[in-house]
Amino acid sequence: MADIVGYGAYVPRYRIKVDEIARIWGRDGKSVSSGLYVFEKSVPAMDEDTATISVESARKAVKQSKINPADIGAIYVGSESHPYAVKPTATIVAEAIEATPVLTAADYEFACKAGTAGMQNCIALVESKMIKYGMAIGTDVAQAAPGDALEYTAAAGGSAFIIGRDGIAEINETVSFTTDTPDFWRREGEPYPGHGERFTGEPAYFKHITNAAKMLMEKIGTKPSDYDFAVFHQPNGKFPLRVAKKLGFERKQIEDGLLCPIIGNTYSGSSLLGLSAVLDVAKPGHRIIVVSYGSGAGSDAFDITVKDKIEEVERIGVKKMIESKEYVDYGTYMKFRGEFK
Amino acid sequence: MREVAIIGIGMTQFGELWEKSFRDLVAEAGIKAISDAGIEGEKIDAMYIGGMSTGRFIGQEHVAPLAVEVAGLQDLHIPAVRVEAACASGGVAMHQAYIAVASGMYDFVVVGGAEKMTDVVGGEATNILASAADREWEAFFGATFPGLYALMAKYHMHKYGTTQEQLAMVAVKNHYNGSMNPKAQFKRKITVEDVLKSPMVAEPLHLLDCSPITDGASAVILAPLDKAKEYTDKIVKIKASALACDTLSLHGRKRFDSLPAAVHAGKKAYEMAEIKPEDVDLAEVHDCFTIAEIIAIEDLGFVEKGKGGKATEEGLTSLNGEIPVNTSGGLKSKGHPVGATGIAQINEIVLQLRGEAEQRQIKDAKIGLAHNVGGSGGTAVVHILEVV
Amino acid sequence: MGVARYWREIPHRYNLIGKKCGVCGKVYFPPRSICPDCRRKSAGKMEDYKLKGSGTVESFSIIHVPPPEFEGKSPYAVALIKMDEGCYLTGQIVDCDLKDIHIGMRVEACFRRIQEDGKRGAIYYGYKFRKAE
Repeated sequence: MADIVGYGAYVPRYRIKVDEIARIWGRDGKSVSSGLYVFEKSVPAMDEDTATISVESARKAVKQSKINPADIGAIYVGSESHPYAVKPTATIVAEAIEATPVLTAADYEFACKAGTAGMQNCIALVESKMIKYGMAIGTDVAQAAPGDALEYTAAAGGSAFIIGRDGIAEINETVSFTTDTPDFWRREGEPYPGHGERFTGEPAYFKHITNAAKMLMEKIGTKPSDYDFAVFHQPNGKFPLRVAKKLGFERKQIEDGLLCPIIGNTYSGSSLLGLSAVLDVAKPGHRIIVVSYGSGAGSDAFDITVKDKIEEVERIGVKKMIESKEYVDYGTYMKFRGEFK
Repeated sequence: MREVAIIGIGMTQFGELWEKSFRDLVAEAGIKAISDAGIEGEKIDAMYIGGMSTGRFIGQEHVAPLAVEVAGLQDLHIPAVRVEAACASGGVAMHQAYIAVASGMYDFVVVGGAEKMTDVVGGEATNILASAADREWEAFFGATFPGLYALMAKYHMHKYGTTQEQLAMVAVKNHYNGSMNPKAQFKRKITVEDVLKSPMVAEPLHLLDCSPITDGASAVILAPLDKAKEYTDKIVKIKASALACDTLSLHGRKRFDSLPAAVHAGKKAYEMAEIKPEDVDLAEVHDCFTIAEIIAIEDLGFVEKGKGGKATEEGLTSLNGEIPVNTSGGLKSKGHPVGATGIAQINEIVLQLRGEAEQRQIKDAKIGLAHNVGGSGGTAVVHILEVV
Repeated sequence: MGVARYWREIPHRYNLIGKKCGVCGKVYFPPRSICPDCRRKSAGKMEDYKLKGSGTVESFSIIHVPPPEFEGKSPYAVALIKMDEGCYLTGQIVDCDLKDIHIGMRVEACFRRIQEDGKRGAIYYGYKFRKAE
């Protein structure tokens, strides 16, 4: 199938510790952290949103791939926190990377898997020769109601992928598993999402990821041990570990792509950021499985083989970027989020 | 060109004048100037009125006919023009009126300046003042008006070692002078410590480094020198009127430790007056921020570039110094109703040259200079006056 | 304000597209119609020119009293930046401890929200700067 030609990622500089959030709500930070396997999460600055994070990621991807941005024929930005309810984020990205005006662009929303949905579209458009390059971005500045369980994990970050030919990694196959499962939602005009609490686990996250992963491996005749790396959507640090174990993957296969414990859940950015972190360390010939999950619900699974060309590009350094951070307290976090009305 | 004299001056109290409207202020300053000159309304040939942003401060543009109306001159249908050059609106109105009289077009001209700033609330005044900066490329990105002068201050401090204390000393001096000016908004003496302890507005500028939001109006009456004697025996002559412009934005300039437009206007004025900076007995300079006075005394050649802070510290510009600056209290203490400021500066120089400045009188003052700046230096006007 | 006023500046504010004088080669940002050095000769010869985005802090201030559009955002840093191409511009410095900002600091452009037209209006994006890596 099509190749990944370049990737870019962006995680805001600010962090808040789970301990700090727990302190405000009178909870024990240690037990919350160990329960979720999340220690801190990224916090967007006051002037950062899904558009700015997408642009930062997209610019890095263009720079890495050295392609002419005018050759990008499609841009899809997947997010559940687009700055506008009506008016695309994708056009902002297109303009900011100078890909305009000859391209198609749209925003996607499928909870946390809108980015991988965009990726599948780009693959199809490249495969059908409708476009030379397509860009798929998954970004969120995740919302969570103050005091809600989601507040410990709802984070900000994004990742952009350029899909085309002659790239750094080949996408061998992709499949999707989709049902109507209302485990998490946000109604039009509401500032914060609602969720089905424990219902978000077994019938939602685990069912869709395991089915998509199994379908993929069955279709191409692979088994967990064939993969050097595995990336599963990371709503917290625990779920991907558990789903990996369930599917027969070992911890070392998922460690490189597991970012949630140190940045939280970046929603649409989550699985793509994980893939970016893996591509940062992958060598030619390495095989990667990526399975996203979006509430509502569905999973997209990808089988990827790293190509020789990866040695020629400058890696993004996702982990290094994450290490460059500054902690904020809860008051500053609220100020950054614009919660003071 | 004819020689031009000032035969009358007038200004309102400066301050937060809650009970007074824009028209009240214009009327009061105009009447005072006319009374001071002792001239009949029928004699007035034209009016020029400086106002920075009447449209945004009081929602009223087209204020020139309003000035004619409040002066009761509507039936004479005298020509009136409103002049806008941000904080230099008054000074530029003066320049235009000077040209009109000098050219022989008009004989007796009223030049006024007015701003009613306290009818807006919240950050609106900050926003309006920021429109003196480049809206698209400075203010859009969050630069405020104090912020632009803060950029100059930081630059000056870095380049010449000017200190926060030296900046504060400008405010201390001007408040001291203003304490003797009954028209001043702030008559309170302050200390360097007061300035440094006041809230930060735009680092390194504290609240007391900044001129205030002020209501006020001022006016002067111009006449050909040969006709001035009919009205007064204390004739103050306009020896020079020079106007210069520069880029609207600070970042568009070639240097940031100076207002090149002010340097240029100063040079032109000295040439026109055929004097040197050392011939000036006192100056009113545009101290919208303390750093602005330091830069001004350098730009005008009173001290070498970079030495303004030190000179202030050494008392060069104080009332009994070599070149007293802002004897009125300056914009800092007297107040800064933007459109009125340029004309208020002329008022002070005339008072001093006539020997009517009471407690703050500079002995034997013969030549005075007024330096009025618009925006961050996009416009600069320099007037040199001499008592005949 | 109508959105057109902001929309027409998008190339400049998103991508630092300035102008280069076709006569003397000097680069200008913000964009301008004629070169102040070549004046009439440069008319019609000012070409679009994209700045690299890196520069040096020439001066800066921390704004504590913001205008209404920036309410709730203070304190924030505004700087006078000398771009590597030689022109100067005004922009905010973000993502660093305000106490660390200094004259001579190397910065690079990033893409941020600049302001919004209230809660219901359009959002305006553009350049700000962060410490260069």
